[in-house]
Amino acid sequence: MRVVIAEDLALLRDGLTRLLTAFGFEVVAAVDNGPALLPALTTHRPDVAVVDVRLPPTFTDEGLQAAIAARTQVPGLPVLVLSQHVEQLYARELLSDRSGGVGYLLKDRVSDVGQFVDAVRQVASGGTVMDPEVVAQLLARRTRDEPLAGLTAREREVLGLMAEGRSNAAVAGRLFVTEKAVSKHINSIFSKLGLPPSDDDNRRVLAVLTYLDA
Amino acid sequence: MVSQTLHPWIRSLRPWGRRGLLCALRGLPDAALAVTANIALIVLSVLSVLTTVVGVGLFAVPVVTAAVRRVANLRRRLAGTWAQVPIPVPYRPEPDGRQNPWQRYRRTVTDPATWRDLLWLLLEIPVGLVLGLVPTLLILYGLLGVVLEPVLLGVVLGPFGYAATWPVDDLATRLLVFPQGVLILATGLAAAPLALRVHALFARWLLAPTRSAALTRRVRDLTESRAETVDAQAAELRRIERDLHDGAQARMVAVGMTIGLAEELVGRDPQAAQRLLGEAREASSRALVELRDLVRGIHPPVLAERGLSGAVQALALAVPLPVRVRVDLPGRPAAPVESAVYFAVAEALANVTKHSRARTAWIELTHTDGRLVAVVGDDGDGGADPDRGTGLPGIGRRLAAFDGTMTVTSPPGGPTVVTMELSCELSSRKTWPSSGTA
Repeated sequence: MRVVIAEDLALLRDGLTRLLTAFGFEVVAAVDNGPALLPALTTHRPDVAVVDVRLPPTFTDEGLQAAIAARTQVPGLPVLVLSQHVEQLYARELLSDRSGGVGYLLKDRVSDVGQFVDAVRQVASGGTVMDPEVVAQLLARRTRDEPLAGLTAREREVLGLMAEGRSNAAVAGRLFVTEKAVSKHINSIFSKLGLPPSDDDNRRVLAVLTYLDA
Repeated sequence: MVSQTLHPWIRSLRPWGRRGLLCALRGLPDAALAVTANIALIVLSVLSVLTTVVGVGLFAVPVVTAAVRRVANLRRRLAGTWAQVPIPVPYRPEPDGRQNPWQRYRRTVTDPATWRDLLWLLLEIPVGLVLGLVPTLLILYGLLGVVLEPVLLGVVLGPFGYAATWPVDDLATRLLVFPQGVLILATGLAAAPLALRVHALFARWLLAPTRSAALTRRVRDLTESRAETVDAQAAELRRIERDLHDGAQARMVAVGMTIGLAEELVGRDPQAAQRLLGEAREASSRALVELRDLVRGIHPPVLAERGLSGAVQALALAVPLPVRVRVDLPGRPAAPVESAVYFAVAEALANVTKHSRARTAWIELTHTDGRLVAVVGDDGDGGADPDRGTGLPGIGRRLAAFDGTMTVTSPPGGPTVVTMELSCELSSRKTWPSSGTA
């Protein structure tokens, strides 16, 4: 699997390169600034990009902007965005093109190597992986939006875990229920959110998006 | 017929006449005050100053001055409410604690405002008398010409005249009385608001703080707010130092130790080493969480990345109720201002979720005439007291460092609206276009 990495701190850039290489990824480019990122993404067209939000020269959100710009040129280009902090605002912006293949994680999560590599693979295959912190922020809010108000507490829990990018099996393991029960919940979520039967992956993305928009 | 055609014309004159009459009436207490209080106080002031030689003035001057200030303050208030000429109070503030008579005397006589008050006392006597009475006298004399003259001329015996026609003894002069009366009445009504305003401007000339007094006051305010800012900043830095010292720093020491231990063990007991490495990773994650919270409190990353409008949007997303956000800033304020406004809005929003039981809230950020205005409102219970608790006064202190102000309106039953204002320039850096409901 071909990867582009964007990270300005050499220590972390090299670490990420080493880590991903060790798990069989091929790092085709590792850039350290914003302006170089967009061309790297559009020319290499990697299977997945791992991008730091904040990059030189302005140290604002250039990584995020470049990722979003690249996805308008190459629809569905899988991007996993890393940051020292997570904001729902950014999560929404990343997901707003509704095409999936998006991840948004705290940098801390890299230390759990197995889970991190899983997340990269999920994003590469078109899944959506939101940091548990984003999901926790959402769970802390009162239900106030019509589409989500109809969900049961358990369904909201399932939706939260889906947002974190967990598979049905992982959700089942986490909630100590059978996979069959999970897929029943998920179907109920889809119908309550008014998502017509279609490609299952895309419905998951749309459900997560509804969740974040609430 | 005639009355009907005249009617709209007269009606249009009515508010004008009422205003003239009201202003003329207001001139009367002005004039009365000038001849009573001012004459009495100027006499007392001169006496008290003269008796300082024999020591009596030491006690009398502050007492008389206090009375003078009451009258002057009344004048200031009247100028503001009657003539819309607000006059700030120029006196130096009372010092804290008790003072001995000498200190009090010295403070009184060294305040330039004391002596300007005296000058005003003196000049106000003729000025107040003339400006206060003339409109009323004109109106009365005009009325005499309009109403009484045609009636009385037939009754009153002997030589009689009115205004420019003197004596009135034939038909030609009699016919001139009425128009003259109308003219004088109109002049009186027109002059009354003018006289009131001129009187107020005269008061402002002597009773408002001089430029240097205003500057002195401003320097004092700034010194105060700067001292508060410096204190608050020092306390903040101490808190950050303590948090780092006890938190992330200590954890990293532990991480280093654990890894060192694992290094030792890796040959002899690989399983124990692996467990230790796991612990080290846990500890490093906790250190990161602490650092992240700390950084949020110092300068929220989203503020650095997106500026005020983006950061306020992010704030709105993080509270558990719908918040309408409207940001209309043509550029970005300086970083310290952004930070102050951000934390002020965050605090106000935190109060909304903590206390108000609101169902919705709204945030508005606008910039007009060099002033940035931030409004945080909610439809909750109301009854918020800006002096209670630590949140709202904290906002006030934060904004005071930038010469900003905060006002809270919170009637029982709501809505509560916190308005924060500070003057600042915007740079041309574009902000993110943003408005919507979060």
